[in-house]
Amino acid sequence: MSRLAWRNFVNKVMLSLTAVCTLLTVSTLILILGYLIWNGGKSLNWAFFTQLPKGPGEVGGGMANAIVGTAKLVGLASAIGIPIGFIAGIYLSEFGGVTFPFIIRYVADLLNGVPSIVVGIFAYAIVVLPLKHFSAWAGSVALAVMLIPVVVRNTEQFLQGVPQSLREGALSLGASKWRTIVTVVVPASISGILTGIILGVARIAGETAPLIFTSFGNQFWSSGFNEPTSSLPVMIYNYAISPYDDWHRQAWAAGLVLLALVLVSNILARGILGRGTAANRA
Amino acid sequence: MSSSAAVSPPSATGAKPTFFSRLKGGDQVAYLITLLFASIVLLIAVLIVYVLWQESSLARHKFGFGFFTSQAWDHNEENYGALPFIYGTLLTSFLALLFAVPLGVGAAIFLAELAPPKISNALTFMVELLAAVPSVIYGLLAIFTLVPLMRDYVEPALKSTLGFTPLFTGPAYGVGYLAAGAVLAIMTFPFIISVSREALLDVPREQREAALALGATRWEATWQAVVPFAKLGIMGSIFLGLARALGETMAVTMVIGNVPKISASLLSSGYTIASVIANEFAEASSDIFRESLIFLALVLFLLTIVINGAARLLIIATTRKGSS
Amino acid sequence: MKRQTVVGLALVAGLFGTLALAETHIVAAGATFPYPIYSKWFSEFKSEKGVEINYQSVGSGGGISQLTQGTVDFGASDRPVTDAEIAKMKSKPVIFATVLGGIVPTYNVTGITKDMKFTGEALADIFLGTITKWNDPALKALNPGVNLPNADIVVVHRSDGSGTSFVFTDYLSKVSPQWKSKVGANQSPNFPIGLAQKGNEGVAGLVKQTPGSIGYVELNYAVQNKMAYGEMKNAAGNFLKADLASVSAAGATAKTLPASITNAPGANSYPISSFTYLLIPSKIDDAAKRAAIKDFLSWMLVKGQTYNEGLDYAKLPASIVASEQKLIAEIH
Repeated sequence: MSRLAWRNFVNKVMLSLTAVCTLLTVSTLILILGYLIWNGGKSLNWAFFTQLPKGPGEVGGGMANAIVGTAKLVGLASAIGIPIGFIAGIYLSEFGGVTFPFIIRYVADLLNGVPSIVVGIFAYAIVVLPLKHFSAWAGSVALAVMLIPVVVRNTEQFLQGVPQSLREGALSLGASKWRTIVTVVVPASISGILTGIILGVARIAGETAPLIFTSFGNQFWSSGFNEPTSSLPVMIYNYAISPYDDWHRQAWAAGLVLLALVLVSNILARGILGRGTAANRA
Repeated sequence: MSSSAAVSPPSATGAKPTFFSRLKGGDQVAYLITLLFASIVLLIAVLIVYVLWQESSLARHKFGFGFFTSQAWDHNEENYGALPFIYGTLLTSFLALLFAVPLGVGAAIFLAELAPPKISNALTFMVELLAAVPSVIYGLLAIFTLVPLMRDYVEPALKSTLGFTPLFTGPAYGVGYLAAGAVLAIMTFPFIISVSREALLDVPREQREAALALGATRWEATWQAVVPFAKLGIMGSIFLGLARALGETMAVTMVIGNVPKISASLLSSGYTIASVIANEFAEASSDIFRESLIFLALVLFLLTIVINGAARLLIIATTRKGSS
Repeated sequence: MKRQTVVGLALVAGLFGTLALAETHIVAAGATFPYPIYSKWFSEFKSEKGVEINYQSVGSGGGISQLTQGTVDFGASDRPVTDAEIAKMKSKPVIFATVLGGIVPTYNVTGITKDMKFTGEALADIFLGTITKWNDPALKALNPGVNLPNADIVVVHRSDGSGTSFVFTDYLSKVSPQWKSKVGANQSPNFPIGLAQKGNEGVAGLVKQTPGSIGYVELNYAVQNKMAYGEMKNAAGNFLKADLASVSAAGATAKTLPASITNAPGANSYPISSFTYLLIPSKIDDAAKRAAIKDFLSWMLVKGQTYNEGLDYAKLPASIVASEQKLIAEIH
């Protein structure tokens, strides 16, 4: 084989290999989705959404309390985390000097990388132990700690994308700085900020590890936010490792519901509002 | 808290002459409010470090550096060591990268260099969805698909072909280091693909065109001119994936076998830092047991911070280079 | 947790706490061994009396630990609490035996149609890793005529602190000197080999998923999931399976509670039987909770016991029921 033919051969092989890599990774997604939809679809029924869990070994029942529980946990975590993250993001983009914003930015990135199980220990120590009981509050605090850095960095990033000329225009018309931010800068970047918030919320909705010893579990409805609260991810974990066929069935159903929730919000957020990359979510 | 107080005065004092006028316009108020919320971010981080440090003091004092070299995990003797967990965490993450790096970088090259932009964007979008799938769902899938596959086909095949090495000995459980590494690989490659692709796309066109003009094949242009240019960004993506793999909890807990032992064989069961905390934290009855787990959490925290910090620096370095 | 941290952080948490409403629902956690019957009881009790008792099966170790931390209203354990553990609790727990159960060696070996027979020594050797193949001569000798395959034995045990592990290893320590010297009786034994998973649920789940495996679970978990489980040789030398009669026979040998009834004497006693217990604080400040818990205990000792046999748990002996009914008065 001539040198040129060899080089062309290598070219073809390597290029095909990269295509194979792509095929493998994309087909993983299709397999995951397909398998989950197949198994989950088979297992989903009306009772899953309306009934409380049945005891071990009993057939039937559902995860109504875990669905509501996840909504409560995520809702409360959002109520805590989004304002903090959003306003801190405004600080970084609009008010910051040099040193302190640098520290905040760096710390937000570090917080973003803290393993979820460590956040669980943190919430256990600052909420569960002093209050002497497991609660939705504790779980929500843990989830909020995971949400805040995502919102901070994302808000900052999109605010900074707003052209300087817009700000100067508003300021030259005599608007104060905060009025400019509220009426010009934030509206100009709101779709990007919302995208980031939705992605962040979708991410915490699927978190399991920080909830195991904070929101704990509950086979009944939990009233208010001061009681142990059932959540979909923890139920999936408990049911998946159990020996009961009916619990496996329900774990698949719960997996499908959770995945649908997460994927739909991702697709909505990124398809309609804009694009984010894995880097600024990581 | 204290450090935020230490940093904010310069700007506050600098604004003093106009403080009241600015307060009137609301700017100073807005500044103070946003500063307060930004400080909460710092406060949380300080609290996390404080809790982990403070609540592990008993274990730190009792075991000291011996904690990192001891293999004991004995509740009866109250003797705890971190080595099996550190080993398991590093080994599974290493295995994950072993699968994920070639796959991820390969796919990123295809998506950035070869695929038409529309297809590339659509495929990247799908891959990024993979990054959004919750960990527990990977665990669920792994228990019922990956583990039987490993046990019935992959591991027996490895044993019969490579069984002479110590890496592939012992019974084929299905669960163990190898299964955990495979799950982690699937969980990390979306990050590698997505970030590496961005880095490759940031490489100036001239780089590629110059190489092609000199008669390089498409592959040679990519591998010799484009990839080296994006090297730092690709490294960054790998570190990012590594940081995620190190801290990953649920999916690993469900497939690693949960045994605090060190084994050379990739087929055997093990444990990781995150999964031992998930399994044992709620039942840690003695102080030293609980504090040893928090000590482990501290180790994991520091490990991920170092890796994440490195990843961020590398990514920042390439983005600057790419845009300049 | 250390005092200063708690005080320092109570401020943050107190802020959240005051915003939430006080509730009187009861939270309990602990043993997975009796979880199927407890789950039944708490759901029946709720429909009869309207009181919700949220029971999470986190394992006996978790039950004792969370009771000590004061995060649950009461705990549950299959092993007796030690004096050292009681000393750390806010108030001394009153201990109520609730049901009797048996721990069975459950296995997943294809091609075996007959129930396998085990001795305590053989089980100890399997869990020590000295018997590694299903067709080991020791197992063959115990099981003539059973088609044992030439396959690796996959040992499955608990990853969490477990009363079931305690009872199982308590039994093995009584029958195998080797086990006693190498591992001993413990809620978190240092098993030299195997895979581990959380709870009776997790062990049963893993055995069911893994061909060639053997684990130990409460009888109900094996029965409900149609998993094979073996006959055990008891102290009198008879091989028998765990069932209501053989577990009750072992329970009848208990004089005072808490008592170990493993390797109990008697021709019909199942050798790995155990009571399981609720740990109720002797001092409960919240009057509504106290009344509800006492109400539940009275209900459990009479009406509750009628549900036991449907779920393969043996009823408490009448003498124990009588003495525990008096014990309820010790909760203030």
